Amino acid sequence: MERLKKLLPSLTVLALLIGAWWLVVVETQSVIFPTPWQVVIGTGELMQNGVLWEHIGASLFRVGSGFLLAVAFAVPLGLWMGWVRGAFTTLNPIFQMLRPISPIAWIPIAILWFGVGNASPIFLIFISSVFPMVVQTTSGVHTIERRYLRAAANFGVSRATVFRRVVIPAALPQIIVGMRIGLGVAWLVVVAAEMIALRSGLGYLIIDSRNAGNRYDLVIAAMIIIGLIGLLLDGLMRLLEGLKAVQWRYAR
Amino acid sequence: MPVKIVVQDIKKTFRSDKGPLPVLERVSFSVGDGELVAVVGPSGCGKTTLLNVIAGFDQPDQGLVTIDGAEKLPPSSQGILISQHGSVFPWLTVQQNLMFGLNGRAHSDRETLADHYAAMVGLKGFETSYPHELSGGMLKRAELARALVVKPEILYMDEPFSALDALLNLRMRNELLRILSEERHTVVLVTHDVEEAIHLADRILVLSSRPATLQAVFDVPFPHPRKLSSAAVQELKVAILRELGVDSDSA
Repeated sequence: MERLKKLLPSLTVLALLIGAWWLVVVETQSVIFPTPWQVVIGTGELMQNGVLWEHIGASLFRVGSGFLLAVAFAVPLGLWMGWVRGAFTTLNPIFQMLRPISPIAWIPIAILWFGVGNASPIFLIFISSVFPMVVQTTSGVHTIERRYLRAAANFGVSRATVFRRVVIPAALPQIIVGMRIGLGVAWLVVVAAEMIALRSGLGYLIIDSRNAGNRYDLVIAAMIIIGLIGLLLDGLMRLLEGLKAVQWRYAR
Repeated sequence: MPVKIVVQDIKKTFRSDKGPLPVLERVSFSVGDGELVAVVGPSGCGKTTLLNVIAGFDQPDQGLVTIDGAEKLPPSSQGILISQHGSVFPWLTVQQNLMFGLNGRAHSDRETLADHYAAMVGLKGFETSYPHELSGGMLKRAELARALVVKPEILYMDEPFSALDALLNLRMRNELLRILSEERHTVVLVTHDVEEAIHLADRILVLSSRPATLQAVFDVPFPHPRKLSSAAVQELKVAILRELGVDSDSA
């Protein structure tokens, strides 16, 4: 009940937006732009013939593989760059230069290297999510408070133990923030990547619906589904923030 | 009483943009085994720097610190530093924090030892709590227990209770005295609170303002438990405050 009350303003605005959309389409007698109801019908159609699930599955598979590869690469690298001064001074300028390049700019190179199969979008997702995660992990290590490192040194534990028991857990909240950003960017990029040279995925669904007879009801249906899945993915990452061992950082 | 710590002619200068900043100027004293020595001085006088040098976290520019006659090595669990802001790891439970410094023992032994010290400082029942679930006083207890569990010969305490409110501060002092009566440690206590120093210490060193030199030494001959309102204690307090440049009669 409390939650419903909190959601009420957003739901009202959403309802008003849909109402305005409906009104404008009816008033202008547009033949191409669909009404909200036509979008609902279109979505039902997609669900019934099963293509929607295939497209969602294809997109999620690409995001999942690219993102997990990026995590496996970025977290150890970020920890290393944070912990070893020389690694940071050597690699950081390179990352800072690569980071502002839009993942979309990599599309031609991805096609050149990996062709038009699944490998291309997976590579693009890797590229797009790896940088924010490296940066966040590194800064997570750099912002560890000195008093904790000093306390660890005081107990005379080995450097490996300090790394395992102090550095990693102290940086973990930041790593999770990086993962949230990374997954968000990955989801943005997969749709863009699928608009080019692919025959499946939600991005392809959008382009294909437009090309195959201006089915704008399906275009908008796909957009809304992309938004909802993005929300769901972020919710999943937020669950990680609820872990007992990282709450100290968020609880304030 | 055999001598535990000898501080000889320590000099320390910090280098800053505005030129060298001398902090410690030929400070010498010794601490007996099992003795509790308090260091008081005006704020910013270099008390903390002195403690960091003795504990091995900072190198003196000149002079020598020896412990049991041997030159002081890098920080180790021989002497544990407890600082004002605390350093209980927030990502570990109380029990995991207490077990942190206990390497090389069987897991069950470490657990038993950790629980023993948690109980000793009054944290029984909070072993699986995370630090952010504890109050400020409980955090201090956890910090103290984590230091005691590795059985250090020396405790270095830097304003350990000054972040606590007055009542809790007093309670923690009594707690510390009770623990020290059970397990005798050598303690070097840095504080700006003269009353706290008189309450706890066997001997009080007064430092001058920066660059700090050893200005005066007071013995605290009163047996525990000390009555802080007694005339003798007040007299000592006035004498120490006078050394610090505070005339408490007019205050």
